[in-house]
Amino acid sequence: MTLAITTEPPGLRLAFTGRLDAAAAAADWAEATRRARSGQALHLDLTGLETLDMTGAVLLLRLENLAGRAQWTVPPGPMQALLDRTRQALSGPRPPAGPPPLPWLAWFGQLAWNAGGAALDRLAFLGEAAVSALALLRHPRRLRLAEVLRHLDEAGLRAFPLCVLLGLLLGMILAFQSSVPMRRFGAESFIPNLVGISLLRELGPLMAAVILAGRTGSAFAAEIGTMTVNEEVDALRVMGIDPMAWLVLPRVLAALAVMPVLALLMDLAGLIGMGVVMGSLGYPPASVIAALERALVAKDLIGGLFKATVFGLAIGLIGCRAGLAAGRGPRAVGDAATSAVVGGIVAMVLLDGIFATLFYRLGL
Amino acid sequence: MAEPVVQVRGLKAAFGDRTVFENVTFDVKPGEVFVILGGSGCGKSTLLKHLIGLYEPAAGQALVLGQDIHALQGDARQALLRRIGVMWQSGALFGSQSLAENVMVPLEQHTDLPFEARALVARAKLGLVGLSDAAARLPAEISGGMAKRAGIARAMALDPPILFLDEPSAGLDPITSAGLDALIVQLARDLGTTFVVVTHELQSILAIGDRCIMLDKEAKGMIAEGDPRALRDHSDNPTVRAFFRREVMA
Repeated sequence: MTLAITTEPPGLRLAFTGRLDAAAAAADWAEATRRARSGQALHLDLTGLETLDMTGAVLLLRLENLAGRAQWTVPPGPMQALLDRTRQALSGPRPPAGPPPLPWLAWFGQLAWNAGGAALDRLAFLGEAAVSALALLRHPRRLRLAEVLRHLDEAGLRAFPLCVLLGLLLGMILAFQSSVPMRRFGAESFIPNLVGISLLRELGPLMAAVILAGRTGSAFAAEIGTMTVNEEVDALRVMGIDPMAWLVLPRVLAALAVMPVLALLMDLAGLIGMGVVMGSLGYPPASVIAALERALVAKDLIGGLFKATVFGLAIGLIGCRAGLAAGRGPRAVGDAATSAVVGGIVAMVLLDGIFATLFYRLGL
Repeated sequence: MAEPVVQVRGLKAAFGDRTVFENVTFDVKPGEVFVILGGSGCGKSTLLKHLIGLYEPAAGQALVLGQDIHALQGDARQALLRRIGVMWQSGALFGSQSLAENVMVPLEQHTDLPFEARALVARAKLGLVGLSDAAARLPAEISGGMAKRAGIARAMALDPPILFLDEPSAGLDPITSAGLDALIVQLARDLGTTFVVVTHELQSILAIGDRCIMLDKEAKGMIAEGDPRALRDHSDNPTVRAFFRREVMA
């Protein structure tokens, strides 16, 4: 397309020739609108145009709009109809304006109000889950055992290889990293003590919980979130079926049951990884085992597994809650999964801090 | 006589050993509303997906705007895809973007128009389908009928000479459905756009269709071609008659 701009008293003549489509409009948009803004009268001459599409028509109408008014020369044929149709389409009602921005104090107030509401929702969810669990104790047949087994398989068995791999690597890394400073003090033989206690009391349960939050918590949220978006959860409610008993409890029970096993597996794999490194440093397996026997007591393991069980409960509940609270639209499921993982990890670290304080106070 | 915008010759669709249809041959003329109709499972949407290049034909050829989309690669294929618009059965709008932003996506990706121009073109397209006041809303905030109209607006973003619509009336109430039919006829008349519409909604077929073909699951292919009103009134084929008269086949 060619655009020729010439002076034609009392203003400008813009003569278009060839095709005026999206590509041509893009090429001439800046120059044409700049000239139209000059305040001079416009004469839009389309006699040389062979083809005009709607994007071209939008450009021409924009020029007219910027100039205030324009004189048109349109060849006979469908162009006038297209211009009229486009003018009509552009003159439709504008979207209603959004609400005005809140003053900062009101904004903080609303933020606090929303946070309070969200905290109450979480509390209500916990209460509902507790009531459903108690009801299940009275009617244990209502528990969907097949569903519990499915989640045990998905959250547990299928996570075993990952747990073993991460545990092995974790044990090896801890042993290697601690060997350098401990060698300086001639305390290399105490590496099993350090790694053993760290793994059993802290890192084993913590890493297993990270795996559960990342793999299973997000899967719970995505699955239940999809059901929420598809109104399957509403369908359950209308059928008189409690979504807590149907969807939440089987998953939470599975997460609760699987977490100590994952933590134990992580502990064992970590100790083996540490043993491999100790072997490479010249310590035979028997001396490593003897050091571990001297350093570790049953409460280290039991405390760690207890923590892991509580982490499992928290991650299961948070994942299911994120799914049930999913909004509408395609982003809802992704948001629910993100919320489950972030919430699960934050809750795990908070709980770990509480346990650390508690165990310290109790001398455990 | 103008060259057909779609030419299908001996097209066969198959998934593994299962043949959906074969020997499908027809032309679509410029500016007409062409309907692909038939009962559920006869392969209407499969045929549409062959025409727009999503499925490879097992045999035969489908030319759109004179080109075989399956034979094209790279830029040539992109250039052809820019000249066709598709409205999906569900609307397939991008959920995180407003309706105006949805319409602007093809303009942003395939043209050098500045933002002001893209916003105005999106406004014009949404105005064309009667959604000017919903431009700022998200797809989750609109009804099914509005989503379909927004889908048409997005399909028309680049002013394609041909639009493919998959089940535009499915799941809509009669009034919304009639409004959508009127819109298709109006756009075909005012803009000269060719429409290829997949549907099994009888009233829509009769309201919008200039010509049609009918696919049949049992016959695994085309069993009728022509003016839908003529087929309704004069077809010798019992399946076609039963379809148009809503009769149960013996």
